[in-house]
Amino acid sequence: MDASRLAVAIACWTLTVTAHAGAYGIGTRPTDAQIAAWNIDVAPDGKALPPGRGTVEQGHAIYDRQCAACHGLDLQGGMGPALAGGVGSLASEKPLKTVGSYWPYATTLFDYIRRTMPLASPQTLSSDELYALVGYVLFRNGIVPAGTTVDAAQVVNVRMPNREGFYLDDRPDTKERPCDEHCLRATKK
Amino acid sequence: MLSRIAGAAGSTLVVGLVGEAAGEPTKTGALAPADPDAFPTVPTWTRQIGAPTGKGYGQPSPHESAVTRRLYPGLTQPITAYSTSPLQDLDGGITPNGLFFERHHAGVPAIDPGKHRLMIHGLVKEPLLLTVDDIRQFPSVSRIHFIECAGNPSFLPPWGKTAAEVAGLVSCAEWTGVSLRTLLEEVGLHPDAKWVIAEGADAAAMTRSIPLEKCLDDTLVVYSQNGERLRPEQGYPLRLVVPGFEGNMNIKWLRRLHVTNAPAYSREETAKYTDLMPDGRARKFSFVMECKSIITQPSGSHQLTRHGAHEIRGIAWSGMGKVERVDVSVDGGATWHKAELQSTVHAKALTAFRAPFPWNGEERVIMSRAIDETGYVQPTLSALEAARGKNSFYHNNAIQPWRIASDGNVTNGRE
Repeated sequence: MDASRLAVAIACWTLTVTAHAGAYGIGTRPTDAQIAAWNIDVAPDGKALPPGRGTVEQGHAIYDRQCAACHGLDLQGGMGPALAGGVGSLASEKPLKTVGSYWPYATTLFDYIRRTMPLASPQTLSSDELYALVGYVLFRNGIVPAGTTVDAAQVVNVRMPNREGFYLDDRPDTKERPCDEHCLRATKK
Repeated sequence: MLSRIAGAAGSTLVVGLVGEAAGEPTKTGALAPADPDAFPTVPTWTRQIGAPTGKGYGQPSPHESAVTRRLYPGLTQPITAYSTSPLQDLDGGITPNGLFFERHHAGVPAIDPGKHRLMIHGLVKEPLLLTVDDIRQFPSVSRIHFIECAGNPSFLPPWGKTAAEVAGLVSCAEWTGVSLRTLLEEVGLHPDAKWVIAEGADAAAMTRSIPLEKCLDDTLVVYSQNGERLRPEQGYPLRLVVPGFEGNMNIKWLRRLHVTNAPAYSREETAKYTDLMPDGRARKFSFVMECKSIITQPSGSHQLTRHGAHEIRGIAWSGMGKVERVDVSVDGGATWHKAELQSTVHAKALTAFRAPFPWNGEERVIMSRAIDETGYVQPTLSALEAARGKNSFYHNNAIQPWRIASDGNVTNGRE
């Protein structure tokens, strides 16, 4: 094999390899449009939030129509969990974990409503409707004022009351030793 | 004849439910006309040809129809709900597929496997779209692992009446699929990759962020459970199995793996599955299900029917690895004895244990305590409460006591 034919052979081999990302070459490469059609993850950086906007007032109307049956007209909960209230209750005997008292990021609210709600018809609300609903839930938790228009920047920048309320898992938190005899007596000492 | 009698007597040595074995035949035998199947006549099923071969899919005996999953006590609707595995009726360490516990957030989707896709994208060299058939062409792996719901059970009463009600949100199977590491190597990871967001194709589009390190360690994308394709309620046609991590992360109906540099902070890793502590702050990313065990026989609702030799049986597991040892106490926790473990202990799998239990009508509180290969000791509920208070809800792996009354009736031993 002369040098030029060897070069062609190497080039062909390289092309073959790069046509498949991995060792098995199984599956196909999705197009950017296909990825975009499925990817609905919104992380706290908000980079994946779609364009759109909605007002608290619009959100109120959508909420009453689509959400109130399960979450209550005053967001107090029913078949579904309470969405407002409970601020200051987390360290009490009866903590109430809601969007206002517990959730660290408003992006989670957008992401969750979009992917899961309404329970019987998820992924049907428009982006504008979603922003409006996020606005209304935040308003009912006293986090944004009544006249707010919510868009991507608002969802990313709003400061949730319990933002700093979480820390990384630090278990194991029990350090028991295996006692074999007279164990209850030992406990009572 | 002698051996038959010995066999019959032997079978009553095991703990039985009320009405089984000894009780009923005597009662009915006295009143009813001649029972053609009563011992020692040769019974009908021995004098007649049995049912034909080749029933398409075998079912349990109709006499076992009471052994079922049950909707968790107190649930009012079956869509965002959970059902328990009937631990008190099961033996050994493998859960039958039809009795594997369920937890669905928006019902069970009816997925056409020919149209299902798994998409891997994000911080990868080349995104990948796979059909179920594609995934079956990668090198396969079969491993035995438990899956346990994070809230199994909560820290607050009412305490469950049966082993299912106390800890029935745990089950164990042999899973077959492809190592997630193989798939991630196939797409090639970007140097910034740190997390993988897994998403289900159900109406909840269930989403959890999983550390990349775990994905490259022992995480599987499975298509089969105990040798057959996944059941719809267990994620058909594809499920993520994240061994030892809380059940919710074992994403069912898996359709998307999004490689990222940060967690999504999805609803299920913020509003839910975080552990509220007494100071009002909460633990996040508390993934591991710590070492735990429960006596399943005898357990709540069972009845000891005679005095003499019995056997305590149960299951133990740890999300940190292998169960190293299980101890049992029959005096309320004062004295502990080593139980015998089922041979071949698998890491992050239910491990059956057994211990002899002589009982002669004494009131007893029995319990088990598991220790895993890291040396971690299953704690008491009071030790957990001392560390976490009463409102952390998730990750309760407390020692479970059962009370045996002098008449042999078994109830929950929590006061």
